[in-house]
Amino acid sequence: MHLSRRDFLQLMGAAGAAGFLTPGAIKAAWGGERDPYDIPPYGNVSLLHMTDSHAQLLPVWWREPGTNIGVGKAWNQTPHLVGNWKLRYYGVKAGTPEGYALSCLDYDTLAHRYGKIGGYAHIASIVKRFRNDLGDRMIFLDGGDSWQGSATSLWTKAADMVGAQNLLGVEYFVGHWEFTYGQDRVNYLIKHRLKAQFLAQNVFTIPWQEPVFTPYAIHEVRGYKVAIIGQAFPFTPIANPAYLIPDWGFAIHTGHMQKMVNECREHHKADVVVVLSHNGADVDKKMAGLVKGIDIILGGHTHEIMGPRPFRVNDTLIVNTSTNGKVLARFDLDVGKGRLNGWRYHFLPVIASFVPADPDMAAYIREARAPYLARLGEPLATTESLLYRRDNFNGTFDQVICNALREELDCEAAFSPGFRWGYCKLPGETITMEDLMAQTAITYPEATITEYTGGEIKNILEQVADNIFNKDPYYIQGGDMIRVGHIDYTFNPNETIGRRCSDIRINGKQMSRTKKYKIAGWAAMTRVEGKAVWDLVANYLRREKTVRVDRVDLPRLTRNMRGNHGIAFPGKYKI
Amino acid sequence: MTSDVIKRREFLRGSVTAVLAAAAGVGLLRGPRANAATIRNVAGWPEAFGVKAVNRVQAAYAQAADKVLMESVGTTHVPVSSRIKISAPTIAENGGSVPVTVSVDWPMTADNYIEAVYMYVFHNPAPLVSEYHFTPANGEAYFSERIKMAKTDNVHVIAKTNKGVLMAAVPRKVKVTIGGCGG
Repeated sequence: MHLSRRDFLQLMGAAGAAGFLTPGAIKAAWGGERDPYDIPPYGNVSLLHMTDSHAQLLPVWWREPGTNIGVGKAWNQTPHLVGNWKLRYYGVKAGTPEGYALSCLDYDTLAHRYGKIGGYAHIASIVKRFRNDLGDRMIFLDGGDSWQGSATSLWTKAADMVGAQNLLGVEYFVGHWEFTYGQDRVNYLIKHRLKAQFLAQNVFTIPWQEPVFTPYAIHEVRGYKVAIIGQAFPFTPIANPAYLIPDWGFAIHTGHMQKMVNECREHHKADVVVVLSHNGADVDKKMAGLVKGIDIILGGHTHEIMGPRPFRVNDTLIVNTSTNGKVLARFDLDVGKGRLNGWRYHFLPVIASFVPADPDMAAYIREARAPYLARLGEPLATTESLLYRRDNFNGTFDQVICNALREELDCEAAFSPGFRWGYCKLPGETITMEDLMAQTAITYPEATITEYTGGEIKNILEQVADNIFNKDPYYIQGGDMIRVGHIDYTFNPNETIGRRCSDIRINGKQMSRTKKYKIAGWAAMTRVEGKAVWDLVANYLRREKTVRVDRVDLPRLTRNMRGNHGIAFPGKYKI
Repeated sequence: MTSDVIKRREFLRGSVTAVLAAAAGVGLLRGPRANAATIRNVAGWPEAFGVKAVNRVQAAYAQAADKVLMESVGTTHVPVSSRIKISAPTIAENGGSVPVTVSVDWPMTADNYIEAVYMYVFHNPAPLVSEYHFTPANGEAYFSERIKMAKTDNVHVIAKTNKGVLMAAVPRKVKVTIGGCGG
């Protein structure tokens, strides 16, 4: 990767204008006289936030979604902006490194220009610098979904990630996919292995409704008290199998959150109240409107770019700090007695080639991966297309998975879950076993064949859609629309449950409500028997040798979606 | 509560304001007189109360709801009050065991207290889910329990004072859905 002097200067200029990178500059490969992570001092407390790394220890390709539709009040509101709409809203120029980080446009070209994002060794370099500069004024928070998403995290049951978090110096942590390792494993790791404190105010035992975790921590910085309240993903037992956490109940618990805020402010005399949240951006915004006294919500879960400016609801500042290690968010706070006097916010993309790898973390990662290298590196196929997942509807990688499931299990159609993790592969790259695991590494990977009637298929589509395009944010679970293979439909995100999907076709033929269809799928909510999805897809890829995605099973969107700024390529949906 | 007794006039003023706020919040206040917000015209109470049932299923549902209300509290005209708080998940983790907590903001003094609280889920085969009786010795009209919900529905609560005054909660919708696909 090469940065010319002109790129470098452009970056400086845009950075100054957008406040995206700090004043200062990037020198190719960090070595120059100035660098972008050199932030002028402000205030007396700094919060450093990362979230949703999905266990990607190494740098990866990560493309922002081309479709991220908001309905109701979220219509054309951040974070439901994509492509140029996103760039325009945040005042960022296309083609710059920030443009590369913020939008899906021209992804392949810019990826070659700027390189991969994230990587724990690169993140560690920045964290160490900041800790050096700030000392005990810095608080480092991880918003969850750091234990799941890679082969090694699955094979070590998250031990590799806990080691990385400890080395990185994470101080506070919250969870979602962490819970899919089962309640015993979670308890063991957070009690005996993880150095960070795990916080969650919204997890209670069944049936006695007693808190499972410490709800908040009071962190003192030179005489000032920072309250940090944890908010775990509220819909874990609905979005993921409840049998993995049979004794724990979740939910948003707005009233209990208010109680915790009051306790922090009145009883502990906290000067500033921060929520480390895994609600997702839309739920965070609604919660901020209902709970009084939260200064800052450091959000994750929905993998949004909700920087470079915080979104404000009443007196609460809300951010959402992307995923896969792409962004570090830093809040420099001027905390006074009982109040936040001022703040500066820095939304810092981690472009791996701009930042040197931290040698200690790099060594740790090498060691953690060593036992698995042969398995990870197995080449499966070459891709001729850009493979990605993140989008409201089928990504190209999902299409490959659906095609593989249909063929391997001999089904007329396939379903695949609308996960928002799973990195990209560029055209011309080799898909390795590690890459495939990055799309599929879950603790309930069994693939199944189910006979559904047309009515049941319609119901599944409707139920999932209602969890994503609900006008009441408290019913939005995060995640994207269920992925489909050989099912197409007309879709109106603006409708209510039961009315969004129409004209459903299977293999091009009108679906009958009563006829039964043989559907392949994976990631069931109940215990099922079946081969692991990665084995099936690996077989398919080995056989195919070359992958090319010419057809993606996208719905036809209704005309009322014209003018929705959450759609970068309306032509794809025939609107 | 700081004062033990609320004057009837104060209470009425308070409750009417609350009712208007609740009704306006959901934007579905029906009928010409806004101050007559009762369970017949606040969204979330059986759609059929005060609304024409559009089909037989709805009509049967309305009839059943009517019957259970008549049997339990003797009327289908109950003013809605924000003094009753229902706490329940927005989406059920398990429709067979939905945690619900109800509290009524009321003095509970010897001559002025909540005597009974009724909870309904009108789509359930037995719509009167539970009925609690209180005395001033309880200190607070409060309970927490797990209920069954056959499908997405509203949880409804009506409280009755020792003087026979009825008040209904703003309904709380709980969605029962298939899971999966999150995150």
